[in-house]
Amino acid sequence: MSKKLYSVFGLLIVAALLLAACGGAPAPSGDSSPAAGDTAAPSTGGDDAAPAPAAQTAAQGETLAAVVARGHLICGANNQVPGFGYVDADGNFSGVDVDYCRALAAAIFGDANAVEFRPVTAAERFTALQSGEIDILSRNTTWTLTRDTELGGNFTATTFYDGQGIMAPSAAGFTSLADLAGGSVCVQTGTTTEMNLADAFAAAGISYSPVVFEDADSTFAAYSEGRCDAVTTDKSGLVSRRSVLADPSAHVILDVTLSKEPLGPMVRHGDDQWYDIAQWVVFALIAAEEYGITSANVDQVRATNTDPQINRLLGNEGELGAKLGLDNDWAYNVIALAGNYGEIYDRNLGPDTPTHIPRGLNNLYTNGGILFAPPFN
Amino acid sequence: MASKQHQKTAIPFWRDERTLQLLGQAAFAAVVLFFAYILIQNMVNGLQRQGTTLGLTFLRGTAGFDIAEFSIEYSRSSTYLQAFLVGLLNTLQVSAIGILLSTILGVILGVARLSANVLVRGLAAAYLELMRNLSLLVFLIFWYLAVFLKLPRVAEAVIWPGQIHLTNRGVGLPWGLPTETFETYKLILLAGLVAAAIVAIVLYSIGKRTGKPPLTVLWTLLTFLAVAVVGWFALPAAPLTLDFPSVQGLNMAGGKVVTPEFMALLSGLVLYTAAFIGEVVRAGLQAVSKGQVEAARAIGLTGFQTLRLVVFPQAMRVIVPPLTSQYLNLTKNSSLAIAVGYPDMFYVSNTILNQSGRAVEMIALVMLTYLTFSLVTSAFMNWYNQRTQLVER
Amino acid sequence: MSETVLPPLTERLTPLRWAYKNLFSTWYNALLTIGAGALIFWVLRGVLFWALDTAEWRVVVVNLRLLLLGQFPIAEVWRVWLGLALLALLVGNSLGIWGRKARGAGRVTIGLLVLLAALAIVTRDNPRLWLLGMAGLVGLGWYVGRSAGKAVERVVIAGWIIWPPVFILLLRGLSSASDVLPVVGTNLWGGLLLTLLLTIVGIVFSFPLGVLLALGRRSALPIVRWFSVAYIELIRGVPLITILFMAQLMLPLFLPAGMNIDRVLRAMVAITLFSAAYLAENVRGGLQAIPKGQYEAAYAMGLNGMQAMGLIILPQALRLVIPILVGQFIALFKDTALVSIVGLMDLVGIGKTVLAQPEFLGLQREVYAFISMLYWVLSYAMAYVSQRLEISLGVGER
Repeated sequence: MSKKLYSVFGLLIVAALLLAACGGAPAPSGDSSPAAGDTAAPSTGGDDAAPAPAAQTAAQGETLAAVVARGHLICGANNQVPGFGYVDADGNFSGVDVDYCRALAAAIFGDANAVEFRPVTAAERFTALQSGEIDILSRNTTWTLTRDTELGGNFTATTFYDGQGIMAPSAAGFTSLADLAGGSVCVQTGTTTEMNLADAFAAAGISYSPVVFEDADSTFAAYSEGRCDAVTTDKSGLVSRRSVLADPSAHVILDVTLSKEPLGPMVRHGDDQWYDIAQWVVFALIAAEEYGITSANVDQVRATNTDPQINRLLGNEGELGAKLGLDNDWAYNVIALAGNYGEIYDRNLGPDTPTHIPRGLNNLYTNGGILFAPPFN
Repeated sequence: MASKQHQKTAIPFWRDERTLQLLGQAAFAAVVLFFAYILIQNMVNGLQRQGTTLGLTFLRGTAGFDIAEFSIEYSRSSTYLQAFLVGLLNTLQVSAIGILLSTILGVILGVARLSANVLVRGLAAAYLELMRNLSLLVFLIFWYLAVFLKLPRVAEAVIWPGQIHLTNRGVGLPWGLPTETFETYKLILLAGLVAAAIVAIVLYSIGKRTGKPPLTVLWTLLTFLAVAVVGWFALPAAPLTLDFPSVQGLNMAGGKVVTPEFMALLSGLVLYTAAFIGEVVRAGLQAVSKGQVEAARAIGLTGFQTLRLVVFPQAMRVIVPPLTSQYLNLTKNSSLAIAVGYPDMFYVSNTILNQSGRAVEMIALVMLTYLTFSLVTSAFMNWYNQRTQLVER
Repeated sequence: MSETVLPPLTERLTPLRWAYKNLFSTWYNALLTIGAGALIFWVLRGVLFWALDTAEWRVVVVNLRLLLLGQFPIAEVWRVWLGLALLALLVGNSLGIWGRKARGAGRVTIGLLVLLAALAIVTRDNPRLWLLGMAGLVGLGWYVGRSAGKAVERVVIAGWIIWPPVFILLLRGLSSASDVLPVVGTNLWGGLLLTLLLTIVGIVFSFPLGVLLALGRRSALPIVRWFSVAYIELIRGVPLITILFMAQLMLPLFLPAGMNIDRVLRAMVAITLFSAAYLAENVRGGLQAIPKGQYEAAYAMGLNGMQAMGLIILPQALRLVIPILVGQFIALFKDTALVSIVGLMDLVGIGKTVLAQPEFLGLQREVYAFISMLYWVLSYAMAYVSQRLEISLGVGER
C-alpha cells in the first residue's frame, strides 16, 4: 500500500518540478549565468545584465508600440464605484472611467472592445502603473502634485471635476461641519479623502472620530447601518451611492466642500506620445459634444459637414491622426464606438440611470460648465 | 538505475567527502547570494529611477490622517512613527485580550467535548466542525457587517442593567474613573505585587525543600488581593468611582465605549481560535492515561489532588506547545483587522504606506515586528519545554 | 494489519433509559441539557427564520455565474465544464478502484451522484446537460475502475498528475490567435474558479518545495540547514497578508525593469511560498518520527544517503503525516480568501463587487452567508474524503 502512495507522491513531485521548470522561465537563465556568464552567448546573461534605464520610465513611443503589438489596451480600473467603474451582473465593466478606456481603445484599434480591464485597489494603482502592468490608470484618481511627480505619473486631462463632500441623514438636520462635533464620520483609506477630512476638522477645531475602511462598499454599508453620523468621499461618489441607498431622499449632501478633486486618467512618466494620445482622446470626446456630433449622427456629419474644424477632427482633412501616431479617423472611431462626452456621461450618470448626477461643472463651457477642449488644428 | 556507474565515478572523491560537501554548500550559498544580489540590485535601480532611496527617516514626517482608536497621545499632526506605535499597541491589546478569552472558551469547549452529556458533547463537536471549516476572513466580515452593525442605532440604544448601552456605535460599559487618591493606590498595588512575589518565592522554595508543593498560585493571588482590598478601604476616598455611559449628542459619552470594529475583530478571533484551542485541550486531557488517575487515587490522593498533582502537569506538557502556536496564530490573524476597519498595526502601516509611498520600508517594518513576536514566543516555548522535561526526569 | 474488529458489546437501552443516562443523570447534567437545548433551539430558529423568510437570495441567484466563474467569457465557459468533466471521470474512477477497500466510498459516490443530479434539476440548458454528463462520467469511471481495477490504476494516477496543468492550460488557452482555445487573461478568472485555482496551484507547488525544505532543515550541511531554518522561521513568523502585500507591492520592484509577472501569478507565488514553510514543518515532524534503526537498516543494505532518504525514510514519513498535510491543504484553501484584500477577484473579491451593484446594495448578509457556505461545504468535503482515504489506507496504523 505504501509503495503505491509513494509512487503517487513521487510522480507528484516530478510533475510539480517539471511545472516549476516550465512556469518559472526566467529562473533557469539566471541560474546558469554565473557559470556561463563570461563564455556563453549574450543571450543567457543578457536579460539580467540589461542596462537598467530601459522601461519603467517609458521611452518615447514605446507604450503605443507595446499596446499595438499586444493587440489590446490594458486599463487599470475600479470595480466598486457605480457610474464610474463597477462590474454588472453579466460580468461587464461599466462606468465613465471604463468608457474612457473603451474610447482610447477605439482610437488606437478602431475597436472599443480591444481593452482588458484590471481592477486595481487604491493602494496598488500607482505601483501597477509604474511597473508597466497597466497602460493607463483610469480609476477616479485625483490629480495632485505628488502623484504627478514623485509617484511617476502624468495626469492627462480632467474627465470629471469633483470635490469632496459630506453626506448625512436629512433627519439629523446637519448643515455644517460644526454640527458634526463629537460625531463619527465614515471614510475610505488609501485616498486623499482621509487626509482632507483630518485637515478640515483640524482647521475648524472640531473633534470627531473617524471610522476608516479599506473599500468603498464597507464604508457605505457602515454608514447606511448608522455606524457613522456622516460619510465623506467625492461628491460624485456620494451622489451615486445615495441613489442606491434604501431611501435616497432621506440623505442630504451638505453644502460643504472639503477639497477640489479633479479626476482623470493617468499615464507613466516619459512617453510623451502616449501622453498626447491619452490627452487628446479626452479632448476629442469633449469637442464632439461641443460640435453636436454623436455616435448616431457621426456618419452623416462626416459625409455632409463643411466646417473645417469638424473635418479635421473626423479626419476628412489634414493629418492630425498621424501626428499622434494613430489612424486619421481615430476621433471618428472614438465617437462612433464610444460616443461623445455627453453620451458617455448620460449613459452612466444621466437622469435615466440610478446614479444620476447633475452635470454642474462637468458641462461644456458654453453651458455653464468648465469643459473646454483646445482647438483641433 | 545508474548506481554502478555513479559509484565508479564517485570513488575518487569518496575520501574527501568533506571537501565535496563544502563545495556543494559553497555553490548553494553562491546561488542564494547571487539571487539575493540580483533582486536587491533590481530594487535599488528601480527606486533610483523613481527618485527615492531607502531609509526610515520618513517616519519622522507628519502623518496627516486620524486614527479612530489610540491608547497613546495621537493626532493628525503626530508623526508616522507615532501612528505605527498606535497600531502596534492596538495589535497587542486585541491579541492579549483575545488570548485570554479564547483560552477560557477553549477550555470550556475542550471539557465539553469530553462531557458525559450527549447534547453538550454534540454541541461542542458541531461548533468545532462549523468553525474550522470556515474561512476566518469571511467570518470576520460577516460577523462585523451582519451582526455588530445590525445592533440598534445610538438613539434607540438597548440599555441593559448597570447602564450597559448596546448600540452599533459600540457597547458602552460602566468604567472606573480615577479620583485624586488613585496615584497613591497605584503605589499600594505595586507593593501588593512585591508582597505576592515574595510569597511565591518563599512557598516555591518550601515546596522544593519539603517535597510537598503548597498551593503556590492560590496563596500568591490571595496575597495580592488582600493588599488590594485593604488598600482600597484604607484610603480616605475610594481611588476609583464608577462612571456610567450615556447618550450625549451624537455619540455615547462617559464610561468605556468599546467600538464595534474592536468587538467584531476580538469576538471573531476568539470564537475562531477557541475551536482550535478546544481541540488542543481535549487532546491534552485525553493524553493522560486512565491508569495515572487510578494510580493516584490508589495511593490515597483526593480528587482535587489527583487533578492538581497528576493530571494537570501531564496534560500541560501536551497542551502548552500547540497552545502557544495557537496564541501566535491569533496574533498573526489579528492582521485581518483591515477587513473590519480596526486600526491594528498592519492596517495603520498600510495607511502609512499609501500616504507616503514607502512600500519597502513599511512592509519590512511590519514583518520584522511580527517576526519578533514569533521569536519571543518560540524562545518561551524552548524554555518551557526544557523546564517540563527537567521536572519529568 | 487490522482485521475487522467487532465493537465491544454494549448494553441495550430503551430510549427513555438512554435519555436519562446521557442527559439527566444528575441535576447539573439536566441543567446543562436544558441550557444546551435552549441554545440550539434559539440559534436554529433564528437562522432558519432568516434564511427562509427574511433573506433575499435573488442577489445570489442573479450573480451566480459571477460568483462561481468571475468574468470568464460566456463563450468559453465550456472549457471549465470540460475540465470539471475530466475531474468527474477521475474521481469516479478512483472511487471505483480504491473504493473496494474503503468503507464509505460507496457513500461518497452516491452522494456525489445525488449532488450532481440535484444540481442538474435546479439548473437549465447547458449547465444541466453538463451536470448530467458529469454524473454519467462519475458512474462510468466508477464502473471501469471497479471492473478493471489494477489494470487502470497507473492510468488514473497519471491522470491525477496531469489534470491540474491540463485544466489550467484549458482555462488559459493556447494563444490569442488560436480559434479553438483563445487566451483568456487571468484578470478574467474569478470567483470560486480563482479560489480553486489558487488552491490547486498552491498545493501542487508547495508540496515539493515543503519536502525539500524539510530535508534541508534536517541536512548535515550547515549552510543548507541554516538557509532552510531561516526561510521556514521567517515565513512562519509573519501573517500571510504581509506576504501577499509584498508580492503585490514589492515584487514588481525586485524584478528587472520591463519584466512583469501577472498579479494572479504573483498571488500564487506568495501562497505557495507561504504554505511551503508550514508543510516543511509538518514533513519534518514525520521525518523525526522515523526511528534511527530505519536509517541504519537502509545503510546496512548498501543504499547511499539519497537512496535511503528517497526509498526508505521519506515514504514512511510522508505516510505518517498525511492527515496533517491534508489539514494544511484545507487551511491553504481557506487562506486564499485573503487575496481579496490585495484586490484579486476571488470568491470574496467578487462578492464585494456584487455588493456594489446598485440593485443589491446592503445585502451583505446574503452574499457573505453564501460565500461562507461554499467555503464550509468544500472544506468539509475535503476533510471527509481525506478521513475516508486515511482509514482505507490504514494511515497512522502500524
